[in-house]
Amino acid sequence: MTDTSQFQTPGSQPRSHAGSLLQTDARTKRRNAAERRFRLYGKAAIAAGLLMLVILVTTILSRGTGAFTQTFMTLQVELLESKLDKKGNRDLGDIKKVSTFGYAPLIKGAVQAKIESLGIEHDLKAKQLTGLLSKSAAAQLRNFVIANPDQIGQTVEFRFLASSRVDGYLKGRVSRDSIANDKSISPAQLDLVDALIAAGVVEKTFNLDFITGADASDQRPEAAGIGVAMLGSLSMMLVVLVLALPIGVAASIYLEEFAPKNWITDIIEVNISNLAAVPSIVFGILGLAVFINYMHLPMSAPLVGGLVLTLMTLPTIIISTRASLKSVPPSIRDAALGVGASKMQAVFHHVLPLAAPGILTGTIIGLAQALGETAPLLLIGMVGFIASNAPETLAEGLLSPNSAMPAQIYEWAKRADPAFYERAWGGIIILLVFLVTMNTVAVLLRRRFERRW
Amino acid sequence: MNDMTMLERDVTSETSKISAKNVQVYYGDTHAIKDVNVEIEDKTVTAFIGPSGCGKSTFLRCINRMNDTIATCRVEGDILLDGEDIYDRRVDPVQLRAKVGMVFQKPNPFPKSIYDNVAYGPRIHGLSRNKAELDEIVEKSLRRAAIWNEVKDRLDAPGTGLSGGQQQRLCIARAIATQPEVLLMDEPCSALDPIATAQVEELIDELRQSFSVVIVTHSMQQAARVSQKTAFFHLGNLVEFGETGQIFTNPKDPRTESYITGRIG
Amino acid sequence: MPTFWLVALLLALSAAGYVLGRNRALATAGGDARDLHSRPNYYGFNVLLSALVPAMGVLAVWLLAQPIMIENAVSAMLPDSAIAENTTRGLVMSDVRRIAEGLELAISSGAATAAEISALDAAKTDVRAFLGDLGVALGSDVRPDILAAAKSYLHQSQTGRTAMAVLTLALALCGLAFAYRRTHKDFRARNVVEWAVMALLILAASLAILTTVGIVLSMLFETANFFGLHSWKDFFFGSSWAPNFRGDSDLSILPLLWGTLYISFIALLVAVPIGLFAAIYLSEYASRTTRAVAKPLLEILAGIPTIVYGLFALLTVGPMLVRIFGRGDEGLLGVEWMSGATAVLTAGLVMGIMLIPFVSSLSDDIINAVPQSMRDGALGLGATKSETVRSVVLPAALPGIVGAVLLAASRAIGETMIVVMGAGAIAKFSLNPLESMTTITTRIVSQLTGDTDFASPETLVAFALGLTLFVITLGLNIMALYIVRKYREQYE
Repeated sequence: MTDTSQFQTPGSQPRSHAGSLLQTDARTKRRNAAERRFRLYGKAAIAAGLLMLVILVTTILSRGTGAFTQTFMTLQVELLESKLDKKGNRDLGDIKKVSTFGYAPLIKGAVQAKIESLGIEHDLKAKQLTGLLSKSAAAQLRNFVIANPDQIGQTVEFRFLASSRVDGYLKGRVSRDSIANDKSISPAQLDLVDALIAAGVVEKTFNLDFITGADASDQRPEAAGIGVAMLGSLSMMLVVLVLALPIGVAASIYLEEFAPKNWITDIIEVNISNLAAVPSIVFGILGLAVFINYMHLPMSAPLVGGLVLTLMTLPTIIISTRASLKSVPPSIRDAALGVGASKMQAVFHHVLPLAAPGILTGTIIGLAQALGETAPLLLIGMVGFIASNAPETLAEGLLSPNSAMPAQIYEWAKRADPAFYERAWGGIIILLVFLVTMNTVAVLLRRRFERRW
Repeated sequence: MNDMTMLERDVTSETSKISAKNVQVYYGDTHAIKDVNVEIEDKTVTAFIGPSGCGKSTFLRCINRMNDTIATCRVEGDILLDGEDIYDRRVDPVQLRAKVGMVFQKPNPFPKSIYDNVAYGPRIHGLSRNKAELDEIVEKSLRRAAIWNEVKDRLDAPGTGLSGGQQQRLCIARAIATQPEVLLMDEPCSALDPIATAQVEELIDELRQSFSVVIVTHSMQQAARVSQKTAFFHLGNLVEFGETGQIFTNPKDPRTESYITGRIG
Repeated sequence: MPTFWLVALLLALSAAGYVLGRNRALATAGGDARDLHSRPNYYGFNVLLSALVPAMGVLAVWLLAQPIMIENAVSAMLPDSAIAENTTRGLVMSDVRRIAEGLELAISSGAATAAEISALDAAKTDVRAFLGDLGVALGSDVRPDILAAAKSYLHQSQTGRTAMAVLTLALALCGLAFAYRRTHKDFRARNVVEWAVMALLILAASLAILTTVGIVLSMLFETANFFGLHSWKDFFFGSSWAPNFRGDSDLSILPLLWGTLYISFIALLVAVPIGLFAAIYLSEYASRTTRAVAKPLLEILAGIPTIVYGLFALLTVGPMLVRIFGRGDEGLLGVEWMSGATAVLTAGLVMGIMLIPFVSSLSDDIINAVPQSMRDGALGLGATKSETVRSVVLPAALPGIVGAVLLAASRAIGETMIVVMGAGAIAKFSLNPLESMTTITTRIVSQLTGDTDFASPETLVAFALGLTLFVITLGLNIMALYIVRKYREQYE
């Protein structure tokens, strides 16, 4: 049956690997060199990926931490009765009639007095002196007076925000070279700032307002905060959690435990895996067309954002829930059915509790995804500088226009003043803190409750 | 073919091709092979038998250093091929494996054409100077693996499209195309039906004329049919090694006897 | 009654039903739960579900249907003469809605009583100013027929909401009473409850279908509107994109598609080699510890929100590229090839970074699915590891890797934030990667943010773009999932 007989001449032809094993022949050397090169490509690829991560993280940290500190100027302001309450009757209605313009002279006086008392010499105009302060200083003063009318006539110490240029100078963003064409600040002003720093009047401290405050107009980057947008994001996450978790779990239970194998369930399955890969902006279009244009839900409301993100997150949650239901061995179901439980009881009493940690992990990861999503929110109008105050109630938080953290970051990145870029990077740090926390919780949950059957 | 009664079969015992001395193999903390000494002769079929998990496959994989691919595996002692220690630092396993070919338990043709499957070894080792030579090597190898007539008209068809027995013979052709000196076979028939098994066994007997063949098998009948020497492994120890006829008819060790008579295993 | 309170009331009612049903069941069994057919909770749930589900269902349908019904009724009230030359019925109706909302606000904020509103006369009062004071800005003065329509709209929707509240509450009470009366110790409460729960489960599962239908329908309708206003030939085969809000725009998808594909191509050029080599190294070479460290670290890149990558492109990568390829003599190369930070290369590079872990973890899974026996075959012949990978593992894994690349391509084509911030806004056909170009997703965002007028082709084109995007990515996904599934079956 074999043809071996014709070819019984082993060793009669040249054999390239006939030499001693202890000597590596030239060909093997070449091949090993190729092997080392190939391995090097692999290492280089890993290194490139990790390097990108390192660059990204260092960029974010180095450019964003500045947002958490802010430059303040401490001034003693004399709240002149003649300016603030001409009638002298401390009537709140009258006091409120004085606009922020009425407070500007007080601030001007306070700055001049401070500089004089320190004996700093300068040849700056009064307008250039107040230009060192944020445009929000007058409003801060006015709010204080309206809250404490009894302080009128006294001299009170205030910590005013310095203008973004001064802040940038302290943070190294603004230098004498870079302001050659800048009308908002001059080298002479910076000299004065140097003197004020030396006197302890101007100082850079931790800035809680960035974390808790609202966005500010594009004239006042130094006053902008991400707090209100954070509440917007949290309201949306609440909607997503309340809707996506029960619906996702219910859908997964049906598909995994009860659904008959037929073409309808096949279509649903294909549908879900495709929905998971549909670009997020398409969900934004859906939200705009259905929730806003058709159902007339309020534009820019976190409720609508939450609904859109729910639809977007559902496939993720369904896929991970089904995986954790699948990992519960059939013997558990058989055991429950064996003692006379109905199929529904077996699932709800035994399978679901055992799958719960996995479901929770998947839900947290889905929420983290939704938290970082931006594109669909832009289409339903959740862009920046919408809400100037934090919502007071839950209903207001869900229905009144607001932004979300990623949309707020996008808004800042679009603005012309580079001082907002620092805000944007700082916002990213906060966003990433949320994401890292959520993912860590998910990993810990998985570690803690992971079961090997 | 060979049969248990043919004790007077000619054992062309020449020089020792492979000699293992005090070989120990560890998987992490598990001591898988304990102190094995064995001399494998050229142009002979040597069978390794023993119950599952006795270490026979592990030992086989030591002979061409396939165990290197398992990170936790550690080999101690000496295995000499033609007097050269194959675990010497200077030995390149790639070069070693060209000399010591291997056929695996499950037929594992590459997802390529039949021709490319066989030509793969010669190509990477640079055994041919041109296409004509390569064609010749492929044809010769397929003929020696007794599959030429079945595949000569469809050399471009994928190797994965063949039947199980054909796939295994293709794998044997692939292994001998690199012109090895030793051919290791790890239960080559365990995934095959009886007819395919008979074909492969017949082939092994033919191959003995050119190579030193080492075969691991589960089937004692197979060992008796194809081999001249048999080694019995038990719990990582080489219990007994000798002429096949002697092992099956007159085992020295009680454990060998128990295994052969079916009391253990 | 606001919908919120209606829902709260329904919930309270059904909670009460639960307690009632449970107690009645126990009472019929003389307080001995063992005599009941089902566990006592099931009787409670039966009453709860009977009260809640029909009422909530009607509520949901009503909320969806009422706007359309009223819209149609009011729209029919408006004679054709009420619609001026340069506008459409849809625009007039949106005015009507806005006025109606304003009037309602006037009542709720106490600026006017309901009677005053119904007596409001457009000839005597300046309705525009009146509503303007309430913060409802109108685009034009209010004509009497429009005001009449708005009043009718307001009236109908108020009546509708009252009717809805009455009907749902009545339904809830009926359901409660019915289920309560049926509650008896021999009643098979568990079977009924389980049947209802099953129905709810099926409803939840079909929501996935509903979402897809919603996506397709919402885009299909608006796209049809768009093609009514703008030639489809220009959209699919035109050569320029130049929206003009005075009308007569060039709205062709081709330059956008070119930008999209070019950027995606560069992204894949970055991501596929790096991702694939990383996957090969991790699955074939890396030690267990290297793998345990490097794999999750790489996957962090996939978990970073795209807004971060967008910012990275706009503020870091873009300026860096300008420093290399631009600025003339001040630049690193001393050339003037790149003028702004936004460019195809900027967006493509950053998107590539984002896709690295996507490609690497998908390929890693796929390479791991190649059976070890195949590697052993090559290694046993004396192939080196790299030879094994190149000639055996990769060819075997090729279909799966193609699937992974297709999925990555679909991600790249649908990616929005990176291109919005990194690619620019100029639609053109160019091969120069240092120029700024625009993409489909970028244009969707710019056409649909800010003031949108759903009657102009410049807004509606976004839906046609969205639908095209959906079809392209869906096609890629289905193809990729099919290939990957076939691949996996081969080795199972």
